[in-house]
Amino acid sequence: MSPDMPPAAGAGGPERDGGSTGGGRFAENIMYFARALRAAGLPVGPGQMLDAIRAVEIAGLRRRDDFYWTLHAIFVKRRDQKELFDQAFQIFWRNPELLEKMMSLLMPVVHPDIEETPAEKKKAMRRVAEALARAQEDQPVGEKKELEVDMSLTVSDEERLQAKDFEDMTAEELERARKAIQRMRLPLADIKTRRFAPQAHGRRVDMRRSFRSTLKSGGDIVKLEHRARVRRHPPLVILCDISGSMERYSRMMLHFMHAVTNDRDRVHSFVFGTRLTNISRHLRHRDIDLALERIGDQVQDWSGGTRIGATLAEFNQYWSRRVLGQGAVVLLITDGLDRDAGEGLEKEMERLHKSCRRLIWLNPLLRYDGFKPRARGIRAILPHVDEFLPVHNLQSLGDLTAALSDLGRRRNAGAGIMAEAEAEAQT
Amino acid sequence: MSDAPRALPETIDATVELLSQGDYVADRSLATVAFLSLRMGRPIFLEGEAGVGKTEIAKVLAHSLGRKLVRLQCYEGLDTASAVYEWNYARQMLEIRLAEAAGETDREKLARGIFTEEFLIRRPLLQALESHNGAAPVLLIDELDRTDEPFEAYLLEVLSDYQITIPEIGTIKAAEPPIVVITSNRTREIHDALKRRCLYHWVDYPSAERELEILARKAPGAPERLTREIVGFIQALRKMDLFKVPGVAETIDWTKALSELDVIALDPETVNNTLGVILKYQDDIAKMQGSEAARILRQVQAEAAALG
Repeated sequence: MSPDMPPAAGAGGPERDGGSTGGGRFAENIMYFARALRAAGLPVGPGQMLDAIRAVEIAGLRRRDDFYWTLHAIFVKRRDQKELFDQAFQIFWRNPELLEKMMSLLMPVVHPDIEETPAEKKKAMRRVAEALARAQEDQPVGEKKELEVDMSLTVSDEERLQAKDFEDMTAEELERARKAIQRMRLPLADIKTRRFAPQAHGRRVDMRRSFRSTLKSGGDIVKLEHRARVRRHPPLVILCDISGSMERYSRMMLHFMHAVTNDRDRVHSFVFGTRLTNISRHLRHRDIDLALERIGDQVQDWSGGTRIGATLAEFNQYWSRRVLGQGAVVLLITDGLDRDAGEGLEKEMERLHKSCRRLIWLNPLLRYDGFKPRARGIRAILPHVDEFLPVHNLQSLGDLTAALSDLGRRRNAGAGIMAEAEAEAQT
Repeated sequence: MSDAPRALPETIDATVELLSQGDYVADRSLATVAFLSLRMGRPIFLEGEAGVGKTEIAKVLAHSLGRKLVRLQCYEGLDTASAVYEWNYARQMLEIRLAEAAGETDREKLARGIFTEEFLIRRPLLQALESHNGAAPVLLIDELDRTDEPFEAYLLEVLSDYQITIPEIGTIKAAEPPIVVITSNRTREIHDALKRRCLYHWVDYPSAERELEILARKAPGAPERLTREIVGFIQALRKMDLFKVPGVAETIDWTKALSELDVIALDPETVNNTLGVILKYQDDIAKMQGSEAARILRQVQAEAAALG
């Protein structure tokens, strides 16, 4: 699949030096091109620039497609970067001389850091202002007695906040809930890997170390050293519904996903409404505001409809083999209200369930005591979940802990609820 | 394995030629990456779906350059003992007993005698640092995505300096760095730090034209009409919404299987009976069986007829 490339544009094409690299001038052009790529969002380092110059010198400039693939080999490191590279290449090498001039003029403006500055600066300023304001509030104003009263208030307040539905929270309460979520730590039970490490009470004999310690005594006393399997967290994959019916919750869940992502490695996060978006890379930003802003830019389907079946199908097809390896645990966060009325959903749920170690469904609708699995989407999902939990306040997020620490067996809790509901409907 | 090592190709055209000698039909983009990798001494990092011929490139490079192929098949939990080196404990133990029987009492001397290359079991990474017939081997690190992150980090170190340190012996450095081919099926993202050291290439499914050429080389006995229909059918399948579309390996298998069955042209029944050769998921087979396969086949045959 060679790219559709226009013929070299006369004197402006890279061949203008008659097949040789022509020294400094050419290196300069490549440098400008690398800068243009960086401005377009590819992570290009100075090392790659030198590599590119060397590579072009080696490959020569006889054919335009060779030139394309040479630079491609150096600058593209992921499949999804190809498109960007392709466009940058088409624009840049059509007439490097013109672009060179443009670049030298535009460079300070195009540079991403500078481009981003105003918004970031504003945010930073707001934060500094907030921080200063808080510092002033925190200063003890009255006597000790007053402080005590204040503290007890805070505690009861905190409790109230724990049980309060996200939907009913005021802006200020939401803000505090967000802070609480950021402090949250989720213990995810660890599983055995196939890797070994020395351990005094391990069950396997470590020949390598036993032998070395034996040599210390000249081979007379054989002391057996042991080793045991290393344990580690399985990957955690979060699939979060961001459709209209989930709006209030999904924003809180994003904060939750951010906290979890920065707490451990191997967390993959996706959001879906009418389509699926992988937001793992954005969530890895330590700064929550920046992370959310990037996600906001990328995700197109906020608060729209839900097509759970179609988006899960997309996940199963393109992502499941990449992120569900090594015994992943899946958190599915959705109310199960589906625009396509559960079309094709059951089949995709079954596949998802079969490809992961454990599937936990977090559903805000569960907070209602009289919850019955009536919607067709919900009925399609239920038979294929291991755990089924409400998620509507801080407390329920805290309860997740218990569910995640128990990886021992699959419970298939959802099937039980379905059976119960069926039995009830019969009587 | 051919005997004398050959010189590296001088141009991209020569690289295309080199790969083609090994019956590998590479498109220009892949040849460019391979050429650069050989000249710059950088590893090639090949990603792509299963069955598009990533592993094959390493084999062909080794064969047509007359180098030894060292293969490291990755799996979860791969550790240094099985990837780099291991001491031969049984032989060492025996050696100690023999030394004792001979009245050797000097421990220092004993230890020195035991940790020598003689008792070292060389695993692929260590083997790759040694020249064979005066030329560095081709090191194939297959399916890197199956290992875990600690191994990836270790590999980073090996690939940057082409040296391995064994505490008892010292550092072993390659006189000439091996030609390294790394493949990944993308079951997991490989860390950027490792990719940065490599030349990256996404190996895609071949075009119909190139696939025909591949079949002509890999299954030379098959009738021409059959291969045309097979390639048309497979190319159509790749456009469909399947869980796992067939790779080149499947095309070759299918062609060979049908030739074995003395099939001259595809018909719906034969396709139905042999779907298992090209589709590996029950859902996909169920989707294709019967009318759907027949429909695609009609389309392919109509197109072939239109072309003459």
